[in-house]
Amino acid sequence: MKKQLPVFLTFICAFILTVQYFVPHRTFEQIYEVSNIWLQIIGVFSIFLGIISLVSQHIMKIRRRNRQWQYSFITLGGLIIMVAAGLFPPLQERGAYEWLYDHVLNPISATMFSLLAFFIASAAFRAFRARSAIATILLLAAVFVMLGRVPLGDRLSHGFFPAVANWLLNVPNVAAKRAILIGVGLGEASMALRVMLGIERSYMAGD
Amino acid sequence: MRILGVAVIVVVFLGSASFSQTIDAIDSPNDHGQSVHLSWQLPDTLSGVTGFILLRTTPARVHLDTVAAIPGHVREYVDSSEELVNGTAYIYELIANQDGGSAVIMMSSPVTPKGQWYHTGKTVILVFALVFSFLVLLMIQRARAGQELYVRPIGGIDAVDEAIGRATEMGRPILFVPGISEASEVATIAAFTILGRVAKRTAEYQTRLVVPNIYATVMIICQEVVKAAYMDAGRPDTYNENDVFYVTSEQFPFTAAVNGLMLRERPATNFYLGKFYAESLILAETGFQAGSMQIAGTDELTQIPFFVAACDYTLMGEELYAASAYLSKDPLQLGTLKAQDLAKVIIVIILLLGIILTSFGTDIVSRLLAINL
Repeated sequence: MKKQLPVFLTFICAFILTVQYFVPHRTFEQIYEVSNIWLQIIGVFSIFLGIISLVSQHIMKIRRRNRQWQYSFITLGGLIIMVAAGLFPPLQERGAYEWLYDHVLNPISATMFSLLAFFIASAAFRAFRARSAIATILLLAAVFVMLGRVPLGDRLSHGFFPAVANWLLNVPNVAAKRAILIGVGLGEASMALRVMLGIERSYMAGD
Repeated sequence: MRILGVAVIVVVFLGSASFSQTIDAIDSPNDHGQSVHLSWQLPDTLSGVTGFILLRTTPARVHLDTVAAIPGHVREYVDSSEELVNGTAYIYELIANQDGGSAVIMMSSPVTPKGQWYHTGKTVILVFALVFSFLVLLMIQRARAGQELYVRPIGGIDAVDEAIGRATEMGRPILFVPGISEASEVATIAAFTILGRVAKRTAEYQTRLVVPNIYATVMIICQEVVKAAYMDAGRPDTYNENDVFYVTSEQFPFTAAVNGLMLRERPATNFYLGKFYAESLILAETGFQAGSMQIAGTDELTQIPFFVAACDYTLMGEELYAASAYLSKDPLQLGTLKAQDLAKVIIVIILLLGIILTSFGTDIVSRLLAINL
């Protein structure tokens, strides 16, 4: 019963939502809206478990004096400040939460994202080393695309590099992308069917 | 006010006016019953129309509501106002404003917007879904009957045991990141399967497994999967719930936290399996710098090249979904993989047919496969 009931519920929910995709009638639209609300409610309950996990994790780090344990104070402090800014009325009225979000969290996130430029350079350096025939083809394709995308390449080759770059991007690149996309689409449908029919039960643990 | 004034005049003359031109009003197809499609043509004798005012009433003519002011060159309009009620009949009236300020009235027959019970524009999807489901059931049946089903080796999955063995020899932990999407994502569900396999092996080898999560719902499922795997391996005592933990639901703070974890703990092996976005290369490059062996897998097309460049093994697209069938060797699951292959054959045949027919100037295939969402 412990396994059969979740499989049965999964099948019913999946079947109704699959039918809903093909039925534009208001009744089914409402079913979809209600199921989304349920999903949000479950998400709200689970966030408490997440916070408990986060707090216990960092308290444990501080207690055990793990490596760089001092940063755990910043994490816990950040959690308390953000919760207070969002829930404590005087801070809420002054827009403290929005200010912290815009002036602290967003710049920090942007800093992390900007690191990507350097990581792309280091990864490209390794990937483009001509160690094999395939790696050499990759290197050549990369050189053509890079030269085709800058004004200098256009000036030097009188339009040859941009033409080759466009052909590489629009023909072999799109063909490979579409092949992967078709595979992904079929794989997703297959996985969904496995879950729906109860063949795939890894999400229930122990199967 | 001007619109209201015109509307009043129209109401006054409605009883005696005769309408030589009519508005074609039809219930919009494939919707939930809150939209009417209107189109009209002006008589050849009428010229210099600067704009229209569209009005709506019911057959009882209790109210006359202004729906929209429409430019003079437009000949159709879709009324999807929130006031439209499913199952109620409406009549539309159109006032054409001319240069001289005169108004010509056109009127529609009563039209009743209704919700449809089937979206005709999705027939191709339905047919293909039914064909694919049939293929899946057929191949499952064949697998049950004992037919041998071959699945090509997948390097990334074959390397899982090697990666765990490496971590055991080095005495360092294994890091498993199940993507940055919700548990409802198919790629995340696929990650749970591989996590179960990895956890069982780490339990057997007594190697520490660390699983940071971006969503609490994903964390709860991961905890259950790992716990069950440790119990299966006969080592429930070595399971540590604190090693499967929640970090944050923000993308880049999560990335920063996992990067910090990699640089502090120096895991021997990193698994990145699930849905990844811009953080994929930041994670994989940090893992490379930390000297970890890395196995990645995602169905996110734009991130696959990053993982290929920075990781030792990459599961591309559908290989991630195939992992559970490949690992379990369960005939039922292998049957679904074979159905995928058959569906691909069908798609390739349709593509070739389409290419040939289009080359000869016939677009019958693209017209037959048209999807109107």
